[in-house]
Amino acid sequence: MIEYIENKEIIARRIARFFASGDVVNLGIGLPTMVGNFVPQDVTVILQSENGMMGLGPAPAKGDEDKDLTNAGGMPVTVLPGGCFFDSATSFGIIRGGHVDYTVLGVLEVDQEGNLANYKIPGKMVPGMGGAMDLVAGSKKVIAATTHLEKTGASKLKHRCALPLTAAHEVDIVVTDVGYFTVKGGTFHLEEYFAPYTPEWIVEHTNADIVVAPGCKEFK
Amino acid sequence: MIKKPIISAAQAAAKVKPGDVVHLGGFLGCGCPDGIVKALVAAGTSGLTLVANDTGIYNEEKGRSSGPAPLIKAKAFKTIIVSHIGTNPETQRQMNHGESEVVLVPQGTLAERVRAAGNGLGGVLTPTGVGTEVEEGKQKIVLKGKTYLLEEGLPGNIALIKAKKADRAGNLVYAKTARNFNPLMATACETVIVEAEEIVEIGDIDPDDVHTASIFVDFIVQAE
Repeated sequence: MIEYIENKEIIARRIARFFASGDVVNLGIGLPTMVGNFVPQDVTVILQSENGMMGLGPAPAKGDEDKDLTNAGGMPVTVLPGGCFFDSATSFGIIRGGHVDYTVLGVLEVDQEGNLANYKIPGKMVPGMGGAMDLVAGSKKVIAATTHLEKTGASKLKHRCALPLTAAHEVDIVVTDVGYFTVKGGTFHLEEYFAPYTPEWIVEHTNADIVVAPGCKEFK
Repeated sequence: MIKKPIISAAQAAAKVKPGDVVHLGGFLGCGCPDGIVKALVAAGTSGLTLVANDTGIYNEEKGRSSGPAPLIKAKAFKTIIVSHIGTNPETQRQMNHGESEVVLVPQGTLAERVRAAGNGLGGVLTPTGVGTEVEEGKQKIVLKGKTYLLEEGLPGNIALIKAKKADRAGNLVYAKTARNFNPLMATACETVIVEAEEIVEIGDIDPDDVHTASIFVDFIVQAE
Protein backbone atom coordinates (compact mmCIF):
# COMPACT_ATOMS: atom_id res chain seq x y z
CA MET A 1 0.00 0.00 0.00
CA ILE A 2 1.55 3.26 -1.14
CA GLU A 3 0.31 6.45 0.49
CA TYR A 4 0.40 9.61 -1.64
CA ILE A 5 2.28 12.47 0.00
CA GLU A 6 2.57 15.79 -1.86
CA ASN A 7 6.22 16.58 -2.72
CA LYS A 8 6.87 19.74 -4.72
CA GLU A 9 10.64 19.49 -4.39
CA ILE A 10 10.92 16.32 -6.46
CA ILE A 11 8.97 18.05 -9.25
CA ALA A 12 11.37 21.01 -9.25
CA ARG A 13 14.41 18.68 -9.05
CA ARG A 14 13.33 16.59 -12.03
CA ILE A 15 12.42 19.57 -14.21
CA ALA A 16 15.78 21.24 -13.53
CA ARG A 17 17.48 18.18 -15.09
CA PHE A 18 15.92 18.78 -18.51
CA PHE A 19 18.00 21.87 -19.17
CA ALA A 20 21.31 22.11 -21.04
CA SER A 21 23.75 24.99 -20.82
CA GLY A 22 22.62 27.92 -22.94
CA ASP A 23 18.91 27.09 -22.77
CA VAL A 24 16.61 30.07 -22.39
CA VAL A 25 14.03 29.25 -19.73
CA ASN A 26 10.95 31.05 -18.40
CA LEU A 27 9.71 29.91 -14.99
CA GLY A 28 6.16 30.70 -13.90
CA ILE A 29 5.09 31.89 -10.47
CA GLY A 30 4.95 29.45 -7.54
CA LEU A 31 6.13 25.86 -7.94
CA PRO A 32 7.87 26.55 -11.30
CA THR A 33 10.00 29.26 -9.62
CA MET A 34 11.44 26.54 -7.32
CA VAL A 35 13.02 24.86 -10.37
CA GLY A 36 15.69 27.57 -10.43
CA ASN A 37 17.05 26.29 -7.11
CA PHE A 38 17.87 22.84 -8.51
CA VAL A 39 19.68 23.52 -11.78
CA PRO A 40 22.93 21.46 -11.65
CA GLN A 41 26.11 23.46 -10.97
CA ASP A 42 27.65 22.60 -14.35
CA VAL A 43 24.60 23.81 -16.29
CA THR A 44 24.11 27.51 -17.05
CA VAL A 45 20.61 28.42 -18.15
CA ILE A 46 19.47 31.92 -19.08
CA LEU A 47 16.32 32.83 -17.22
CA GLN A 48 13.91 35.09 -19.08
CA SER A 49 11.28 37.05 -17.20
CA GLU A 50 8.36 38.27 -19.30
CA ASN A 51 8.20 41.68 -17.61
CA GLY A 52 11.34 42.47 -19.60
CA MET A 53 14.65 40.86 -18.72
CA MET A 54 17.19 38.13 -19.44
CA GLY A 55 19.66 36.92 -16.85
CA LEU A 56 17.29 36.85 -13.91
CA GLY A 57 19.27 36.45 -10.69
CA PRO A 58 18.30 35.48 -7.15
CA ALA A 59 16.35 37.67 -4.75
CA PRO A 60 18.45 40.51 -3.28
CA ALA A 61 19.53 40.64 0.34
CA LYS A 62 17.13 42.53 2.58
CA GLY A 63 17.78 46.23 2.15
CA ASP A 64 19.25 45.80 -1.35
CA GLU A 65 15.90 45.77 -3.16
CA ASP A 66 15.64 48.00 -6.25
CA LYS A 67 12.14 49.37 -6.97
CA ASP A 68 12.97 49.26 -10.71
CA LEU A 69 14.04 45.60 -10.74
CA THR A 70 11.31 43.01 -10.22
CA ASN A 71 10.23 39.67 -11.64
CA ALA A 72 6.91 38.92 -13.34
CA GLY A 73 5.35 38.42 -9.91
CA GLY A 74 6.36 41.92 -8.87
CA MET A 75 8.95 40.62 -6.39
CA PRO A 76 12.43 42.18 -6.09
CA VAL A 77 15.13 40.28 -8.00
CA THR A 78 18.69 40.84 -9.23
CA VAL A 79 20.26 40.72 -12.68
CA LEU A 80 23.27 38.52 -13.43
CA PRO A 81 26.32 39.82 -15.33
CA GLY A 82 25.51 39.66 -19.05
CA GLY A 83 21.81 40.16 -18.45
CA CYS A 84 19.73 42.80 -20.18
CA PHE A 85 16.38 44.57 -20.17
CA PHE A 86 13.78 45.15 -22.88
CA ASP A 87 10.22 46.37 -23.32
CA SER A 88 7.12 44.14 -23.21
CA ALA A 89 6.79 43.86 -27.01
CA THR A 90 10.38 42.61 -27.33
CA SER A 91 9.86 40.32 -24.36
CA PHE A 92 6.90 38.63 -26.00
CA GLY A 93 8.64 38.72 -29.36
CA ILE A 94 11.29 36.55 -27.69
CA ILE A 95 8.57 34.28 -26.32
CA ARG A 96 6.31 33.93 -29.38
CA GLY A 97 9.26 34.02 -31.76
CA GLY A 98 10.45 30.63 -30.55
CA HIS A 99 13.53 31.95 -28.75
CA VAL A 100 12.55 30.45 -25.38
CA ASP A 101 13.59 26.79 -25.10
CA TYR A 102 11.46 25.84 -22.09
CA THR A 103 8.57 27.39 -20.27
CA VAL A 104 7.52 25.86 -16.97
CA LEU A 105 3.99 26.57 -15.77
CA GLY A 106 1.64 25.56 -12.99
CA VAL A 107 -1.52 23.59 -13.63
CA LEU A 108 -5.18 23.53 -12.69
CA GLU A 109 -5.82 20.75 -15.20
CA VAL A 110 -3.74 19.16 -17.96
CA ASP A 111 -5.07 16.57 -20.37
CA GLN A 112 -3.76 13.80 -22.60
CA GLU A 113 -4.26 15.96 -25.71
CA GLY A 114 -1.70 18.42 -24.35
CA ASN A 115 -4.34 20.98 -23.39
CA LEU A 116 -3.56 23.13 -20.37
CA ALA A 117 -5.97 24.99 -18.07
CA ASN A 118 -4.28 27.19 -15.50
CA TYR A 119 -5.78 30.68 -15.55
CA LYS A 120 -9.44 30.63 -14.65
CA ILE A 121 -12.12 28.86 -12.61
CA PRO A 122 -15.36 30.46 -13.87
CA GLY A 123 -17.33 32.05 -11.04
CA LYS A 124 -14.57 31.37 -8.51
CA MET A 125 -11.16 32.61 -9.54
CA VAL A 126 -10.49 34.89 -12.51
CA PRO A 127 -6.98 36.31 -12.09
CA GLY A 128 -6.39 36.72 -15.83
CA MET A 129 -3.94 34.89 -18.05
CA GLY A 130 -1.08 37.38 -17.76
CA GLY A 131 1.67 36.08 -20.04
CA ALA A 132 0.75 32.39 -19.77
CA MET A 133 -1.12 32.10 -23.10
CA ASP A 134 1.78 33.59 -25.05
CA LEU A 135 4.35 31.48 -23.18
CA VAL A 136 2.50 28.24 -23.87
CA ALA A 137 1.80 29.12 -27.50
CA GLY A 138 5.32 30.33 -28.25
CA SER A 139 7.91 28.35 -26.30
CA LYS A 140 9.72 25.46 -27.96
CA LYS A 141 8.92 23.06 -25.10
CA VAL A 142 6.14 23.47 -22.57
CA ILE A 143 6.56 21.76 -19.21
CA ALA A 144 3.52 21.53 -16.96
CA ALA A 145 4.51 21.22 -13.28
CA THR A 146 1.95 19.92 -10.82
CA THR A 147 1.30 17.74 -7.82
CA HIS A 148 -0.27 14.52 -9.10
CA LEU A 149 -3.40 14.59 -6.97
CA GLU A 150 -5.57 17.37 -5.62
CA LYS A 151 -6.24 17.64 -1.89
CA THR A 152 -9.53 15.87 -2.66
CA GLY A 153 -7.60 12.96 -4.19
CA ALA A 154 -8.70 13.81 -7.73
CA SER A 155 -6.15 13.40 -10.53
CA LYS A 156 -4.81 16.66 -12.01
CA LEU A 157 -4.12 14.75 -15.24
CA LYS A 158 -7.35 14.39 -17.19
CA HIS A 159 -8.79 12.75 -20.27
CA ARG A 160 -10.10 16.18 -21.21
CA CYS A 161 -9.81 19.54 -19.43
CA ALA A 162 -13.15 20.90 -18.21
CA LEU A 163 -11.85 24.36 -17.30
CA PRO A 164 -11.21 27.13 -19.89
CA LEU A 165 -7.96 26.42 -21.72
CA THR A 166 -4.80 28.47 -21.53
CA ALA A 167 -3.72 26.83 -24.78
CA ALA A 168 -4.71 23.86 -26.91
CA HIS A 169 -2.31 20.99 -27.77
CA GLU A 170 0.83 22.77 -26.60
CA VAL A 171 2.02 20.80 -23.54
CA ASP A 172 5.01 18.54 -24.28
CA ILE A 173 6.01 17.32 -20.82
CA VAL A 174 4.18 16.91 -17.51
CA VAL A 175 6.15 16.42 -14.31
CA THR A 176 4.26 15.53 -11.15
CA ASP A 177 5.47 14.24 -7.78
CA VAL A 178 4.98 10.62 -8.89
CA GLY A 179 6.61 10.68 -12.31
CA TYR A 180 7.47 12.36 -15.58
CA PHE A 181 5.24 12.06 -18.63
CA THR A 182 5.48 13.05 -22.26
CA VAL A 183 2.34 13.90 -24.24
CA LYS A 184 2.17 12.29 -27.67
CA GLY A 185 -0.62 11.05 -29.93
CA GLY A 186 -3.39 11.89 -27.47
CA THR A 187 -1.89 9.88 -24.59
CA PHE A 188 0.37 10.42 -21.61
CA HIS A 189 3.54 8.33 -21.80
CA LEU A 190 5.13 7.53 -18.43
CA GLU A 191 8.85 7.97 -18.96
CA GLU A 192 10.08 7.87 -15.35
CA TYR A 193 8.55 7.14 -11.97
CA PHE A 194 9.61 8.40 -8.57
CA ALA A 195 9.88 5.91 -5.67
CA PRO A 196 7.89 4.79 -3.73
CA TYR A 197 5.38 5.01 -6.59
CA THR A 198 5.29 2.28 -9.24
CA PRO A 199 3.98 2.40 -12.82
CA GLU A 200 1.03 0.28 -11.68
CA TRP A 201 0.16 2.73 -8.89
CA ILE A 202 0.45 5.67 -11.26
CA VAL A 203 -1.81 4.14 -13.91
CA GLU A 204 -4.36 3.28 -11.23
CA HIS A 205 -4.35 6.79 -9.70
CA THR A 206 -4.50 8.82 -12.91
CA ASN A 207 -7.78 9.69 -14.56
CA ALA A 208 -6.36 9.65 -18.08
CA ASP A 209 -4.92 7.25 -20.65
CA ILE A 210 -1.31 6.35 -19.87
CA VAL A 211 1.10 4.25 -21.83
CA VAL A 212 4.10 3.03 -19.83
CA ALA A 213 6.96 3.88 -22.19
CA PRO A 214 9.20 0.93 -23.21
CA GLY A 215 12.25 2.52 -21.54
CA CYS A 216 10.37 3.65 -18.42
CA LYS A 217 12.65 3.69 -15.39
CA GLU A 218 12.94 4.94 -11.87
CA PHE A 219 14.33 8.47 -11.50
CA LYS A 220 17.24 8.73 -9.07
CA MET B 1 15.42 71.14 -30.30
CA ILE B 2 12.03 72.27 -29.04
CA LYS B 3 11.63 72.08 -25.28
CA LYS B 4 8.55 70.35 -23.91
CA PRO B 5 6.54 72.01 -21.14
CA ILE B 6 7.24 70.86 -17.60
CA ILE B 7 3.91 70.65 -15.79
CA SER B 8 2.73 69.60 -12.34
CA ALA B 9 1.11 66.23 -11.64
CA ALA B 10 -2.18 68.06 -11.04
CA GLN B 11 -1.91 69.78 -14.45
CA ALA B 12 -1.20 66.39 -16.00
CA ALA B 13 -4.27 64.89 -14.32
CA ALA B 14 -6.39 67.80 -15.61
CA LYS B 15 -5.54 66.79 -19.19
CA VAL B 16 -7.36 63.48 -18.66
CA LYS B 17 -11.01 64.03 -19.67
CA PRO B 18 -14.00 61.88 -18.64
CA GLY B 19 -14.42 59.06 -21.14
CA ASP B 20 -10.77 59.05 -22.23
CA VAL B 21 -8.89 55.84 -23.04
CA VAL B 22 -5.89 56.05 -20.72
CA HIS B 23 -2.73 54.00 -21.30
CA LEU B 24 -0.95 53.62 -17.98
CA GLY B 25 2.60 52.27 -17.92
CA GLY B 26 3.93 49.83 -15.35
CA PHE B 27 4.03 46.16 -14.37
CA LEU B 28 2.57 45.37 -10.95
CA GLY B 29 3.50 48.88 -9.91
CA CYS B 30 7.08 48.80 -11.27
CA GLY B 31 7.47 51.68 -13.72
CA CYS B 32 4.12 53.35 -13.01
CA PRO B 33 3.82 57.18 -12.85
CA ASP B 34 2.60 57.13 -9.25
CA GLY B 35 2.56 60.93 -8.85
CA ILE B 36 0.18 61.43 -11.77
CA VAL B 37 -1.97 58.50 -10.57
CA LYS B 38 -2.27 60.19 -7.17
CA ALA B 39 -3.22 63.51 -8.78
CA LEU B 40 -5.77 61.81 -11.03
CA VAL B 41 -7.40 60.20 -7.98
CA ALA B 42 -7.56 63.66 -6.36
CA ALA B 43 -9.09 65.13 -9.53
CA GLY B 44 -11.89 62.57 -9.27
CA THR B 45 -12.11 61.98 -13.03
CA SER B 46 -14.30 58.99 -13.92
CA GLY B 47 -15.80 57.11 -16.84
CA LEU B 48 -12.32 56.28 -18.12
CA THR B 49 -11.07 53.24 -19.98
CA LEU B 50 -7.84 51.77 -18.63
CA VAL B 51 -5.26 50.08 -20.82
CA ALA B 52 -2.48 48.62 -18.66
CA ASN B 53 -0.67 45.38 -18.00
CA ASP B 54 -2.53 44.79 -14.73
CA THR B 55 -4.55 46.59 -12.07
CA GLY B 56 -1.68 46.71 -9.59
CA ILE B 57 -1.35 45.21 -6.16
CA TYR B 58 -4.09 46.02 -3.69
CA ASN B 59 -4.09 44.75 -0.13
CA GLU B 60 -6.40 46.63 2.20
CA GLU B 61 -5.08 44.94 5.38
CA LYS B 62 -1.45 45.76 4.63
CA GLY B 63 -2.35 49.21 3.29
CA ARG B 64 -0.69 48.33 -0.02
CA SER B 65 -1.92 49.96 -3.21
CA SER B 66 0.40 50.09 -6.23
CA GLY B 67 0.17 50.80 -9.96
CA PRO B 68 -3.40 51.55 -11.10
CA ALA B 69 -4.84 50.26 -7.80
CA PRO B 70 -5.62 53.71 -6.27
CA LEU B 71 -7.59 54.60 -9.43
CA ILE B 72 -9.42 51.27 -9.34
CA LYS B 73 -10.37 51.91 -5.72
CA ALA B 74 -11.60 55.41 -6.73
CA LYS B 75 -13.81 53.78 -9.41
CA ALA B 76 -12.25 55.89 -12.15
CA PHE B 77 -12.75 53.24 -14.85
CA LYS B 78 -15.86 52.02 -16.61
CA THR B 79 -13.75 49.64 -18.72
CA ILE B 80 -10.53 47.89 -17.71
CA ILE B 81 -8.39 46.29 -20.43
CA VAL B 82 -5.52 44.36 -18.82
CA SER B 83 -3.79 40.96 -18.79
CA HIS B 84 -4.01 40.31 -15.06
CA ILE B 85 -6.18 41.29 -12.10
CA GLY B 86 -5.15 38.51 -9.70
CA THR B 87 -3.31 40.80 -7.27
CA ASN B 88 -6.17 43.29 -6.95
CA PRO B 89 -9.30 41.81 -5.34
CA GLU B 90 -11.04 45.19 -5.68
CA THR B 91 -10.98 44.82 -9.49
CA GLN B 92 -12.54 41.37 -9.18
CA ARG B 93 -15.19 42.75 -6.83
CA GLN B 94 -16.11 45.56 -9.27
CA MET B 95 -16.20 43.04 -12.12
CA ASN B 96 -18.46 40.64 -10.20
CA HIS B 97 -20.83 43.48 -9.21
CA GLY B 98 -21.01 44.89 -12.73
CA GLU B 99 -19.45 48.19 -11.60
CA SER B 100 -16.80 48.00 -14.27
CA GLU B 101 -16.26 45.90 -17.37
CA VAL B 102 -13.03 43.90 -17.34
CA VAL B 103 -11.52 42.72 -20.63
CA LEU B 104 -8.65 40.26 -20.14
CA VAL B 105 -6.08 40.22 -22.93
CA PRO B 106 -3.01 37.94 -23.11
CA GLN B 107 0.01 40.02 -22.11
CA GLY B 108 1.93 39.61 -25.36
CA THR B 109 -1.19 40.35 -27.38
CA LEU B 110 -1.79 43.50 -25.31
CA ALA B 111 1.78 44.65 -25.96
CA GLU B 112 1.40 44.05 -29.71
CA ARG B 113 -2.02 45.75 -29.87
CA VAL B 114 -0.51 48.86 -28.28
CA ARG B 115 2.57 48.67 -30.49
CA ALA B 116 0.42 48.24 -33.62
CA ALA B 117 -1.66 51.29 -32.73
CA GLY B 118 1.45 53.41 -32.43
CA ASN B 119 3.13 52.01 -35.53
CA GLY B 120 0.49 52.54 -38.18
CA LEU B 121 -0.70 48.94 -38.22
CA GLY B 122 -4.36 47.97 -38.12
CA GLY B 123 -3.50 44.98 -36.01
CA VAL B 124 -1.37 41.86 -35.77
CA LEU B 125 -1.70 38.13 -36.37
CA THR B 126 -0.86 36.05 -33.33
CA PRO B 127 -1.13 32.33 -32.54
CA THR B 128 -1.75 33.20 -28.88
CA GLY B 129 -5.27 32.34 -27.76
CA VAL B 130 -6.16 29.98 -30.63
CA GLY B 131 -8.37 27.21 -29.23
CA THR B 132 -9.24 29.24 -26.11
CA GLU B 133 -11.97 31.68 -25.03
CA VAL B 134 -9.75 34.49 -26.34
CA GLU B 135 -10.56 33.55 -29.96
CA GLU B 136 -14.30 34.14 -29.52
CA GLY B 137 -15.61 36.79 -31.91
CA LYS B 138 -12.26 37.22 -33.65
CA GLN B 139 -11.29 36.60 -37.24
CA LYS B 140 -9.02 33.57 -37.75
CA ILE B 141 -6.50 33.61 -40.53
CA VAL B 142 -4.54 30.57 -41.73
CA LEU B 143 -1.12 31.28 -43.22
CA LYS B 144 1.14 28.45 -44.38
CA GLY B 145 -0.93 25.98 -42.39
CA LYS B 146 -0.77 27.84 -39.09
CA THR B 147 -3.81 29.49 -37.49
CA TYR B 148 -3.62 33.04 -36.17
CA LEU B 149 -6.04 35.45 -34.53
CA LEU B 150 -6.43 38.92 -35.97
CA GLU B 151 -5.93 41.27 -33.01
CA GLU B 152 -6.69 44.95 -33.61
CA GLY B 153 -4.55 47.91 -32.62
CA LEU B 154 -5.47 49.53 -29.32
CA PRO B 155 -4.89 53.30 -29.44
CA GLY B 156 -5.50 55.69 -26.56
CA ASN B 157 -6.33 59.35 -25.94
CA ILE B 158 -3.66 59.85 -23.33
CA ALA B 159 -0.58 57.92 -22.17
CA LEU B 160 0.71 58.35 -18.63
CA ILE B 161 4.17 56.85 -18.48
CA LYS B 162 7.20 56.71 -16.20
CA ALA B 163 10.87 57.23 -17.07
CA LYS B 164 14.11 57.29 -15.13
CA LYS B 165 15.37 60.30 -17.05
CA ALA B 166 13.97 62.83 -19.51
CA ASP B 167 15.77 65.65 -21.27
CA ARG B 168 13.92 68.91 -21.91
CA ALA B 169 13.16 67.81 -25.48
CA GLY B 170 11.39 64.70 -24.17
CA ASN B 171 13.96 62.03 -24.96
CA LEU B 172 13.50 59.25 -22.41
CA VAL B 173 15.59 56.62 -20.65
CA TYR B 174 13.90 53.91 -18.61
CA ALA B 175 15.34 51.92 -15.71
CA LYS B 176 15.64 48.14 -15.72
CA THR B 177 12.28 46.32 -15.66
CA ALA B 178 10.47 49.63 -15.10
CA ARG B 179 10.55 49.93 -18.92
CA ASN B 180 7.84 47.29 -19.70
CA PHE B 181 4.84 48.89 -21.51
CA ASN B 182 6.02 52.51 -21.19
CA PRO B 183 7.83 52.91 -24.56
CA LEU B 184 4.98 51.17 -26.41
CA MET B 185 2.31 53.40 -24.90
CA ALA B 186 4.37 56.47 -25.73
CA THR B 187 3.74 55.72 -29.42
CA ALA B 188 0.03 54.87 -29.22
CA CYS B 189 -1.75 57.91 -27.74
CA GLU B 190 -2.76 61.41 -28.89
CA THR B 191 -1.21 63.00 -25.80
CA VAL B 192 1.78 61.57 -23.93
CA ILE B 193 2.80 62.71 -20.45
CA VAL B 194 5.92 61.33 -18.82
CA GLU B 195 6.71 61.40 -15.13
CA ALA B 196 10.50 61.47 -14.92
CA GLU B 197 12.66 60.95 -11.86
CA GLU B 198 15.29 63.23 -13.32
CA ILE B 199 14.94 66.03 -15.88
CA VAL B 200 18.15 67.06 -17.65
CA GLU B 201 19.12 69.58 -20.32
CA ILE B 202 19.06 68.86 -24.05
CA GLY B 203 22.33 67.15 -24.96
CA ASP B 204 22.81 65.54 -21.56
CA ILE B 205 21.55 62.16 -22.81
CA ASP B 206 23.75 60.41 -25.36
CA PRO B 207 21.57 59.90 -28.49
CA ASP B 208 22.66 56.24 -28.48
CA ASP B 209 21.11 55.78 -25.03
CA VAL B 210 17.63 57.14 -25.83
CA HIS B 211 14.85 54.52 -25.42
CA THR B 212 11.93 56.75 -26.47
CA ALA B 213 12.45 59.51 -29.04
CA SER B 214 11.44 63.03 -27.96
CA ILE B 215 8.84 63.39 -30.72
CA PHE B 216 6.51 61.00 -28.89
CA VAL B 217 6.43 63.05 -25.68
CA ASP B 218 4.21 66.13 -25.12
CA PHE B 219 4.58 67.01 -21.43
CA ILE B 220 7.05 66.26 -18.64
CA VAL B 221 6.25 65.95 -14.93
CA GLN B 222 8.99 65.92 -12.30
CA ALA B 223 8.51 62.85 -10.08
CA GLU B 224 8.47 63.53 -6.33
